[in-house]
Amino acid sequence: MLDSLTAETLARMQFAFTVSFHIIFPAFSIGLASYLAVLNGLWLVTRDQTYLVLFTYWKKIFAVAFGMGVVSGIVMSYQFGTNWSVFSDKTGPILGPLMAYEVLSAFFLEAGFLGVMLFGRERVGDGLHMFATAMVAFGTLMSATWILSVNSWMQTPAGYGINEIGQFVPEDWWKIVFNPSFPYRLVHMVLAAYLTTALVVGGVGGLHLLRDGADAAARRMFSMAMWMLIVVAPLQIVAGDFHGLNTLEHQPAKVMAMEGHYESHPEGAPLILFGIPNPDEKRIEYAVQIPKASSLILRHDLNAPLAGLDTIADVDEPPVTIVFFSFRIMVALGFAMLGLGAWAFWRRLCGTLYHDRWLHRASIAMGPMGFVAVLAGWITTEVGRQPFTVYGLLRTSDSLAPVAAPAVAASLLAFVLVYFFIFGAGTFYLLRMMNMPPASKHLGLRDAPTRTARARKARTAPMPSPVNKEPSNV
Amino acid sequence: MFELSFIWAGIIAFAVLTYVILDGFDLGVGILFPFAKGERDKATMMNSIAPIWDGNETWLVLGGGGLFAVFPLAYAVVMPALYMPITLMLLALIFRGVAFEYRWRTKRWKPVWDAAFFGGSLVAAFMQGIALGALVQGIEIADRAYAGGWWDWLSPFSVLTGVAVVTGYALLGSTWLILKTEGALQRQMQRHAWWCAAGTLGFIGLVSLLTPFQDPVYFSRWFNLPGSIFSVLMPGALALATWALFAGLNADRDGQPFFAALTLFVLCFIGIGISFYPHIVPPGLTIAEAAAPNASLKFALVGTVVLVPLILGYTAYAYWVFRGKVDPEEGYH
Repeated sequence: MLDSLTAETLARMQFAFTVSFHIIFPAFSIGLASYLAVLNGLWLVTRDQTYLVLFTYWKKIFAVAFGMGVVSGIVMSYQFGTNWSVFSDKTGPILGPLMAYEVLSAFFLEAGFLGVMLFGRERVGDGLHMFATAMVAFGTLMSATWILSVNSWMQTPAGYGINEIGQFVPEDWWKIVFNPSFPYRLVHMVLAAYLTTALVVGGVGGLHLLRDGADAAARRMFSMAMWMLIVVAPLQIVAGDFHGLNTLEHQPAKVMAMEGHYESHPEGAPLILFGIPNPDEKRIEYAVQIPKASSLILRHDLNAPLAGLDTIADVDEPPVTIVFFSFRIMVALGFAMLGLGAWAFWRRLCGTLYHDRWLHRASIAMGPMGFVAVLAGWITTEVGRQPFTVYGLLRTSDSLAPVAAPAVAASLLAFVLVYFFIFGAGTFYLLRMMNMPPASKHLGLRDAPTRTARARKARTAPMPSPVNKEPSNV
Repeated sequence: MFELSFIWAGIIAFAVLTYVILDGFDLGVGILFPFAKGERDKATMMNSIAPIWDGNETWLVLGGGGLFAVFPLAYAVVMPALYMPITLMLLALIFRGVAFEYRWRTKRWKPVWDAAFFGGSLVAAFMQGIALGALVQGIEIADRAYAGGWWDWLSPFSVLTGVAVVTGYALLGSTWLILKTEGALQRQMQRHAWWCAAGTLGFIGLVSLLTPFQDPVYFSRWFNLPGSIFSVLMPGALALATWALFAGLNADRDGQPFFAALTLFVLCFIGIGISFYPHIVPPGLTIAEAAAPNASLKFALVGTVVLVPLILGYTAYAYWVFRGKVDPEEGYH
């Protein structure tokens, strides 16, 4: 079996593994950074202590998650070169500058202001601290913008030429950055990040409401998260639909795999709700389907013809089974999110939002589901792009570095061991922090350094710190 | 009028140098971590870099991302050639990066994350040194791809440069702590800095002596214009920085040793630049050959010219906010 593990397969496994781990943290920190900016803004405007308690609580959780995102992201920026050097050489003139812009306009912004946001409120005052918090949130969104532009260009390349040595070269930067799938993908991902964060915040709120229904901070975060769900989940379903139509236009083979359409349907294609793909015989077993519904969704016409994978050469066909299942997982979770949001909205109207224990339990169960949906969505779009790295133009097998299988296998093994150890521990600490009530003085050690010695500060920070209405918030 | 590719070579060199001196001192703090006496000193050492380490490490991402952007061929050749040291460096950076938060989140496992902070810092520094040594030795290229073997990076020379970088970073770390701490910890760091300085200077001499043996062309570059200008100036500049360093240590100055140590690093970096120029990957790949098309260089340059001064501005602001001696009581955990 090990013989079948070529350097290409191993390099793909390594990229899939490291990027899957990585995306979990940005998906959370994009949403959480915005949430923190909102909480801090509300605290400054209303001077309602509950917002400050929540800001301090989620700030510490953000710090851990953000750190994990940074270190797993540095790996990504080098992996293009170590394992996919031919891809890097060929696409570098186009994708390189976009990534450089991500570093310059996003990573530095986040990193530069993170220290002030985490440690600096007393040193810089409320106004500049709010500015720093907003800059961190803005940085996470900028980062998403550039990296999704990069990914979208790989899906729907535009504005390029090919030079005599086979490199993609830029011809129109506007078309490159705003390539056809970029706006849809960006909206879909940012909404996904907001939903993911809302689900985590809602789950943690639900947990603390189960323990103490009168906990003001738990009530506030639960309420905010449920508002977010009922507003964003429907938007996400609409955005997802538009994204799907865009994919149908530019990457029809991916949609065929998502739909499980091995065969063409000249007179209206069925919507396969569930089934088990049989790639050898090219059909879906045990299919549960609604006749003509797929044509209705994708073409807005019951009888519109839809081509199937029989129109695609076998060498250009994406792996159907993975895409078929991951797409269904994502969609099912999307509707589950909408369901939770609707349930909570109903309870809010009844005035029992903080008393429905089954709603709180459901929110805990849904807490991690944003991550699952994000992963399932990315698997759908990335596996669906196969067998290409640059869709239709550069094959994955032609993108590989001249690496030997043992070297890739060894580094893959090292990444797996280290990631499970490090991020396992990190996840454990995150869960332990979330398990503590929002008003906890310390989320970690009992003997951690505390900000008690006010007198010392006068000496270390001679700068006037005008407003300091913050209680000892450590 | 310079070619765009040469302007870019200068920008990338600037990013790498900024990375080396900024992350150099915070990796150095990690390397010195086991010498801390007690929890209070450990907390002080870590808190001295906690608000800024993340920004420092971002310069490494700019180095990698920038190389990918403007010298994609160099990126595509160097990364496979240095596959193992780079992978190990990345893994090491993970261990030390998470330690900043993790060590405050547990009591039982605190020693584990303290060890991760030290080990990660040490291995990352050592691998950066190895990568430098391997680059100086030269990287074999054929048909726009790396053509060497999987262990080419490992040699007595690259191990020497690895140890040299670890020592140099420890010097930066100890002088940084002299600047940021007081009392017993500061005095302890003055002693460490003395030894690290002696070691660093020794390694600078040794590496300089051995470099021409890696490729004779390095030697000639120092004795032809424009390199020979620096050949004349360099010994004097090195001597001046060395004097400032030791004088600062002996006179109990807070800042002088740190800035003198930084100057040593800048001088060594210029030295490496002279040896490499006009190559970006010795011995075969020049700056011009590795460059992306002008359209890419121009597009990236516009943003860089606007954003890098801005970045330097708010980075300086962050350092200003956290200036002065570290208060071990301060933190947010």
